[in-house]
Amino acid sequence: MSSPEVHSAHHAPTSFIGKYVFSKDHKVIGIQYYFLALFSVLLGMTLSLLMRFHMVHPDMKVGWFEKLWPTAAAGGIMTPEMYLSLMTMHGTIMVFFVLTTAPQSGFGNYFLPIQIGAEDMAFPTLNMLSFWTTFLALVVMVAAFFVQGGAPLSGWTAYPPLSGVGRISGPGEGMGQTLWIISIAIFCGASLMGAINFIATTLDLRAKGMSLMRMPLTCWTWFVTAILGLFGFAVLLAAGILLLLDRTAGTSFFIPAGLVVSDQILNHKGGSPLLWQHLFWFFGHPEVYIAILPGMGVTSQLLSTFSRKPIFGYRAMIYAILAIGFLGFLVWGHHMFMSGMSPYSAFAFSVLTMTIGVPSAIKTFNWIGTLWGGKIRFTTAMMFALGFVSLFVTGGLSGIFLGQPSLDLYFHDTYFVVGHFHMIMGVAAIFGMFAGTYYWFPKMFGRMMNETIGKIHFYLTFLGVYAIFTPMHFLGIAGNPRRYADFTNFEFMNSLMPVHTFMTHAAYFTAAVQLLFLFNLFWSLKKGAKATDNPWESTTLEWTIPSPPPFDNFGGHHPVVYHGAYEYSVPGAAKDYVMQTDPAAVSH
Amino acid sequence: MPGSLAKDAVKGPPLPPDAGDFGGGGPGGRGTSRRASLTGMVVLLAAITMMFAALTSAYVVRRGMSNDWNALPLPHVLFANTAVLVASSAALELARRRLKSGRRGEFNRYWTAGTVLGMLFLLGQAYAWHELKEAGIFVATNPSSSFFYVFTAAHGIHLLGGVVALIWVSVQALRLQLGPGKRTVVEVSALYWHFLDGLWVYLMVLFLFWG
Repeated sequence: MSSPEVHSAHHAPTSFIGKYVFSKDHKVIGIQYYFLALFSVLLGMTLSLLMRFHMVHPDMKVGWFEKLWPTAAAGGIMTPEMYLSLMTMHGTIMVFFVLTTAPQSGFGNYFLPIQIGAEDMAFPTLNMLSFWTTFLALVVMVAAFFVQGGAPLSGWTAYPPLSGVGRISGPGEGMGQTLWIISIAIFCGASLMGAINFIATTLDLRAKGMSLMRMPLTCWTWFVTAILGLFGFAVLLAAGILLLLDRTAGTSFFIPAGLVVSDQILNHKGGSPLLWQHLFWFFGHPEVYIAILPGMGVTSQLLSTFSRKPIFGYRAMIYAILAIGFLGFLVWGHHMFMSGMSPYSAFAFSVLTMTIGVPSAIKTFNWIGTLWGGKIRFTTAMMFALGFVSLFVTGGLSGIFLGQPSLDLYFHDTYFVVGHFHMIMGVAAIFGMFAGTYYWFPKMFGRMMNETIGKIHFYLTFLGVYAIFTPMHFLGIAGNPRRYADFTNFEFMNSLMPVHTFMTHAAYFTAAVQLLFLFNLFWSLKKGAKATDNPWESTTLEWTIPSPPPFDNFGGHHPVVYHGAYEYSVPGAAKDYVMQTDPAAVSH
Repeated sequence: MPGSLAKDAVKGPPLPPDAGDFGGGGPGGRGTSRRASLTGMVVLLAAITMMFAALTSAYVVRRGMSNDWNALPLPHVLFANTAVLVASSAALELARRRLKSGRRGEFNRYWTAGTVLGMLFLLGQAYAWHELKEAGIFVATNPSSSFFYVFTAAHGIHLLGGVVALIWVSVQALRLQLGPGKRTVVEVSALYWHFLDGLWVYLMVLFLFWG
């Protein structure tokens, strides 16, 4: 083949603003997303610590509470409404600006183009726009704290009528809730732009030889996640517009007739709050997979790399990802068993929900099969990938309980659900992000993270999250309701309060441990040992180029791919791994 | 054939027998960017379809479950608007074909006509809103009017984006800067426009038969 025409998607910018602020380089945008998520996760974690504090010390006066929130914490004691606003903002910020942002938009943006051998995303300008739109959404969301009445109270699911009738239903339900909806609508737009880029890039920008069935599983999960985001966020956007109109234009999409709120009869008539629930969860359930699928991809990549074995059942993994993505759109009703839906519908949703257990079990089985007999290298990244498998199984098993309508009726409004979704959607996904960070940091920044601090960080975090979230299941079985600001007035809760105290201390501990991670991250940026091109002896394309990669990734050269993504311990090969681009590594 | 040359190049070195297909695309170049643009547009249309599907399902549910639904008296100008939009799509299609056969002058005329018809449609939609307003039908008057305003506004905003694209192409064409490289823009914006045309016809059917 004659040397291919070198065609740059765009030229390297020279100004500071072009390079680091309004950059069109997918790598810079990926890092921007990562740090946006890092800011958000610290904010969301702080909110959760305030909640945990309030739950065990509901009557304690705190001087600086009053200074910070003169109305919501008058006299230094948090009002129940303030607790609900913390809960709403914790959930919203974590789900949208952390779980949706870092695994997909952060790591995906940085590594999808490199792993498939492209110079950049298909639409670099759209990519930049997508980041700054997400940034705007975050600014609008955080602004909800600072408007009159404060942040909204209606939870991350924003169920009407509470979210639809305005200030009379609570302090944060005025401007705060309006800003919430506007922020989410902006976020939907940003996610749609991102999804278009991910799908077009995966389909059209793969290097020669990089067939779909040779893509790293990370790319498969980013691709399927983009499809889920595309369909999910389009529906959420539509629902958000209708909710905004109910609030601001006096329409009655979701607000029923004859509603009395705070002793006032409302003018709305004929709307259906259930309609919102259907639209919301049609987005909301795929959203769970948007959060977790990229973590599955990273876990697969890492288990294979650090077991020095090909991934067990590569094709089965892809079919499982596709099946999870497809079934994810058919199970939204299992969030609504309590809504009075027909038992026949509930049965159908329940069966479909159980069906998702099959591809999930295939994945878990294949991960264990990958580890089986491997020469395992226990790096920090690998530990977090193993932690992901553990949390995925733990969180997944409680999902089987909740997928039964008869059991869900009991569990639905208890801490069992809080324990379940934090395990699987929250912590498992965050372990995926940690795994990705420890694995890709050398490539992104050209330096290694400290392994000793990393391992301490892993062990303490692993213990910490189990200490926080395992007891929630028992509390739920004991009947502890969720979304309550204070349990001290319920006699049956007295015996459970020590468990809450334990969980609160576990939360302080786990949060403190994250300072180790932050220290390691920022210290290693400056002082970490220099990274080689391929410190983990991995096979995928990002490890064929310098750390950090040059502006156009492959230095004007177009990689050609000869192998699948996980050729470890190939018999007859010179080393125990064969790079995807290695033309002559296998002799037959 | 360039394709087979490229295949030979990667076939040369020894490969494991289960190497699989070489389905990967080529790097860089105009072909890639053209293909990616078309893919991107199709994906965008899928998202828009999903959004209108969500609104439609809300419409069907809200209409079916309530006893407060009054059929909306459709402004007659909507029929004229529909005809204008279909004509605009046809003009763009004629323009696209003229460009393919290299008749640039005719392309300019048809494309500009399509653009003007598109703007006329938007004016017509604004007039339909005006008529409803004169009849005292506002967004909160009845769920049927709420949905009508939502649907027409959502469609109109998307169409406005389309008009901007059409005008951009028109300006390029009239300044004689529409080289072969820009034909992707023509294809992609025409595809978008035809889709919005079809979407409007669908919405008219929805209003007429389930209004």
